[in-house]
Amino acid sequence: MIAVEIRGVAYSYPGGVRALDRVDLAIGPGEALAIIGQNGSGKSTLVRHLNGLLRPDEGQVLLDGSAVGRRHVAELARLVGLAFQDPDRQIFAGSVRREVAFGPRNLGLRGAELDGRVAEALEEVGLAGSAGENPYDLGYSRRKLLSIASVLAMRTPVVVLDEPTTGQDLRGVARVRAIVAARTAEGRTVITVSHDMRFVAETFGRVVVMRAGRIVLDGTPAEVFAEVNWPALADAYLEPPLAARVGARLRVGSTPTEASLVHALAARA
Amino acid sequence: MTLRLSAATYRYAGARRDALDSVDLEISTGSVLGVVGPNEAGKSTLCLVASGLAPVVVSGRLSGSVTIDGRETTDMRPHELAQRCGILFQDAQAQLSGTASTVFEEVAFGPRNLGLSLPAVIERVEACLGALGIASLADRDPARLSGGQAQLVALAAILALRPDFLILDEPTSQLDPQGTRLVGDALRRLVRESRTAILVVEHKTALLDRLADRVVVVDEGRIVREGPTADVLGDAALPGHGVEPPPRVRVQSALAAAGLGTAAETDRLMAELAT
Repeated sequence: MIAVEIRGVAYSYPGGVRALDRVDLAIGPGEALAIIGQNGSGKSTLVRHLNGLLRPDEGQVLLDGSAVGRRHVAELARLVGLAFQDPDRQIFAGSVRREVAFGPRNLGLRGAELDGRVAEALEEVGLAGSAGENPYDLGYSRRKLLSIASVLAMRTPVVVLDEPTTGQDLRGVARVRAIVAARTAEGRTVITVSHDMRFVAETFGRVVVMRAGRIVLDGTPAEVFAEVNWPALADAYLEPPLAARVGARLRVGSTPTEASLVHALAARA
Repeated sequence: MTLRLSAATYRYAGARRDALDSVDLEISTGSVLGVVGPNEAGKSTLCLVASGLAPVVVSGRLSGSVTIDGRETTDMRPHELAQRCGILFQDAQAQLSGTASTVFEEVAFGPRNLGLSLPAVIERVEACLGALGIASLADRDPARLSGGQAQLVALAAILALRPDFLILDEPTSQLDPQGTRLVGDALRRLVRESRTAILVVEHKTALLDRLADRVVVVDEGRIVREGPTADVLGDAALPGHGVEPPPRVRVQSALAAAGLGTAAETDRLMAELAT
């Protein structure tokens, strides 16, 4: 399992929009990290540097201490799996099974081993019964889960999920939470980009807030959503979860989740 | 003005079961109907059927009826239907025309096709971009927008047509909390000022809590619950349908379950925090 380090990374899109402004971020093996921020704050741009889809104008990205540099995307794909925000930019195969098999097949897997990998990933996202279907016959929420399954099947040490809960119902969100927990339990690193504050606060041990291409807050959910940081969150066009606001109002400390709120109130009572 | 589905049942061409099963609902002038339900419940199909795109463009078999002010939508010509009823797809990127070189042109595309004068087109485009907080994107290339930005531009393009009925399939799915709030405000203003009727599918029940007059729960193609927004979103059965209650309801029930505070106390607290 590997560490990820982003050192002084700056990136501007063609046309001059400066998306990342010298970002430093170190992520340990087995860490579950959520990146939050306004649309256009640089979150997706940052994670696209992890698997070489984008290359920094300045600075460097290190995987396990070695610079990504000019390493080929195919080589990086063994280390970092990235599920896109828009599944339709990722999906291309004619069946769900072939879609998920594409990555592991390129890793050299064949036969029963490949089939097992695919079956396991589909089972985990709840698509085992849809293996023979055409991905475009699935609704958006299931295409999204399919794009996640394709990444899981690669069994990369680093898994990046860009807005994984978009379009998911309660059961879908619970599935994604279980996927994150299972990866970190295996020592894999999970990085997500999300606007879903409940999902972030309940699922991730560390939260990073981005604003205009920079990291402005970095800590546990209890730290980042603590009342002292509300002005910084507002500057980043974010607001704390309601449970945090209730906890602050009732003066029981920082309670970013409903469970932590109940716990803190019960402890006081 | 009323758009009404009566016993609407729809099956996609080649499908083995109905995606919508005997749905009755209506949206009328100046009101917002929220639609919630689990994944694959038929919510997007409901949008396609209500807008008349299914079965006219998306092939399948429709029984029952879909009418606008008493006229069957299947009897209306496509351009007439498009003027009465605007739809925002779940996948906003798929909605952009692909022909405009700037966001301004993209949003102007619809009003120009309505034959409006140039000043009227400009006025509409500027008003829509402003209402959604994306005036700064006017000169950007629509093909180079983030997911959330594309979603706002697609919505602006629909709003610029000023349809009587607006069908929105998860209009804020890729938006940050501020963008979501702006969309909520813009839609509320639209209902108040233009008397538009809106049907909106949303997983973000907090948005519906502030926006919708009534909410229906769709599960397995059927409407399983319908009522005023506060009643439906406060219903303890909601999570059983795969729907996340709004934070207000979740926090209140967590406190109640832990025996912390009476309903009146938590109601007062929520009201304080809402201001």
